[in-house]
Amino acid sequence: MSPKTLYDKIWDAHLAHEAEDGTCLIYIDRHLVHEVTSPQAFEGLRMAGRTVRAPDKTIAVPDHNVPTTEGRENPEAMTEDSRIQVAALDKNARDFGVHYYPVSDVRQGIVHIVGPEQGWTLPGMTVVCGDSHTATHGAFGALAHGIGTSEVEHVLATQTLIQRKGKNMKVEITGKLRPGVTAKDITLSVIGETGTAGGTGYVIEYCGEAIRDLSMEGRMTVCNMAIEGGARAGLIAPDETTFEYIKGRPHTPKAGQWEQAMEWWKTLHSDDDADWDKVVTIRGEDIAPVVTWGTSPEDVLPINESVPAPESFSGGKVEAARRALDYMGLTPGQKLTDIEIDTVFIGSCTNGRIEDLRAAAEMVKGKKIAVKRAMVVPGSGLVRAQAEEEGLADIFKAAGFEWRLAGCSMCLAMNPDQLAPGERCASTSNRNFEGRQGYKGRTHLMSPAMAAAAAVTGHLTDIRDLA
Amino acid sequence: MEKFDKLSGIAAPLPLVNIDTDMIIPKQFLKTIKRSGLGVNLFDEMRYDRDGNEMPDFVLNKPAYREAQVLVTGENFGCGSSREHAPWALADFGIKAIISTSFADIFYNNCFKNGILPIVLPQEQVDVLMSDAEKGANARMEIDLEAQTVTTSDGEVFGFEVDPHRKHCLINGLDDIGLTLEKAAAIDSFEARAAAERPWV
Repeated sequence: MSPKTLYDKIWDAHLAHEAEDGTCLIYIDRHLVHEVTSPQAFEGLRMAGRTVRAPDKTIAVPDHNVPTTEGRENPEAMTEDSRIQVAALDKNARDFGVHYYPVSDVRQGIVHIVGPEQGWTLPGMTVVCGDSHTATHGAFGALAHGIGTSEVEHVLATQTLIQRKGKNMKVEITGKLRPGVTAKDITLSVIGETGTAGGTGYVIEYCGEAIRDLSMEGRMTVCNMAIEGGARAGLIAPDETTFEYIKGRPHTPKAGQWEQAMEWWKTLHSDDDADWDKVVTIRGEDIAPVVTWGTSPEDVLPINESVPAPESFSGGKVEAARRALDYMGLTPGQKLTDIEIDTVFIGSCTNGRIEDLRAAAEMVKGKKIAVKRAMVVPGSGLVRAQAEEEGLADIFKAAGFEWRLAGCSMCLAMNPDQLAPGERCASTSNRNFEGRQGYKGRTHLMSPAMAAAAAVTGHLTDIRDLA
Repeated sequence: MEKFDKLSGIAAPLPLVNIDTDMIIPKQFLKTIKRSGLGVNLFDEMRYDRDGNEMPDFVLNKPAYREAQVLVTGENFGCGSSREHAPWALADFGIKAIISTSFADIFYNNCFKNGILPIVLPQEQVDVLMSDAEKGANARMEIDLEAQTVTTSDGEVFGFEVDPHRKHCLINGLDDIGLTLEKAAAIDSFEARAAAERPWV
């Protein structure tokens, strides 16, 4: 048998049909649904008189629009259009009989945090969602990617997707990370290396000692941003860390089936002599804590460097950098650590898990914020409850952070959590696009520890200087 | 879905790289539960000032390009979010084809579901088409999907590649779901086999 990559193995195990022209139907094991990209899909089903083929494999949760302030169960807390969208999901989930975590449920949260937390995401599965950050679930060795609303409707109706196989790309992070360097720095550094289109057409498998050493939370952060590098999906082969994390969660296999599942899961790794279409290798020791300076996730630099000059780039990137610096209000040569911050946002499907909150709390413990506002938005109600139990919430509140309820919040600012024009934010989210966190808002992406450090110093900060 | 076979239309030049889906349709317009009516908000933050007035410098606000049906753009067009609102807004505005050196995967896929043809060409050819588009309303670009060609206003012809299945669906305006449901037997048998092999799923 010819050697295979992990992607090849999962693909082969889900191939339901292959046409003569190579167009494939891939079976979908888990379909996650949120309120923004699904109403038109459910409406399409209704119009055509179709049903959801596998409601048991379909999990819905509202996250993008929901307010993160207390009292949000009161419909008045939402704008009318948001209220209509959330109400539509309530109704669609009920009418079509899919699993549902409403706003009032403590398990509600960001769909990509809720899925793994509840054990819906398992190794070797195919997972899709009408959301580009579905790549997150690849941390479990699941083939997971975002789809558009037409495809959401297609999966609801047929439990399959029409696909052509992508190419295989290996991203190896060798050796150990230096102190202060986190999963977020890995994933941003990879994008800095490959560019935001470097992964287009590929499925990335992240491997190497530095990846193996990461917790599941860290692996989810790495895979989450595969899409920012252009790859629809990122994968990490499952290992003991994975099995330990998933064991005992509500929807993971129970005794009897667990052993059977483990037997298959242990085969889910790329063969030693597998063929790769592209290989990128980065030494873990060479990765520094990084921040973004521009309006594309590829605009990334180590925190101890300075804002670059547009002329230092080539091609269309020169004009893009000029536009980005103008938008961001930055001057070439300015030290990154001199950039003053107005607002700090800690949360999102990239960095809204318990480990992220622990890392941030460690930085702010016993200190006060030196920015206009800082907020922590846990990724789910359960993450929030755990952080309260561990005393993290008290640390944040004592430092002056707002302690919010779960949701996507200021990562994309569809709810009331938004930046004002010109407001500059140190953010643990995934996109620094123009207007992403609010009209004319300015976003610098970084790890939770770095964002927390900026909160207490008032400017971008090298956490290695605080140690 | 609307069919796409041939097009002769005005092409608007948009030479920026990495135009993301947040730029194409900002999030405040994603709160709709419909697919229609988004064209007026296409490129909203580049097209209008805060008071909703048109910004005259933006290409689609210029008299020559208000009826544009083709966009010629910089690399990695449509990166970012999976929002299908991006192609919905483009289609609603009247854009039927987009030419670039590269597109983000999810956006590229979403275009075909909405009657929009995304065309990938090498940099030198996109440069020629960009210059052609800059000539304005008198320069009509021709696109022939059957023949897989783009023709400039000067008659220069470039061939492009497109997946045969997607081409077939676009030319005939076919609904994917209907086509897949014809293969229900294959899905049924896959499901039965998978349930036996991986009962925990």
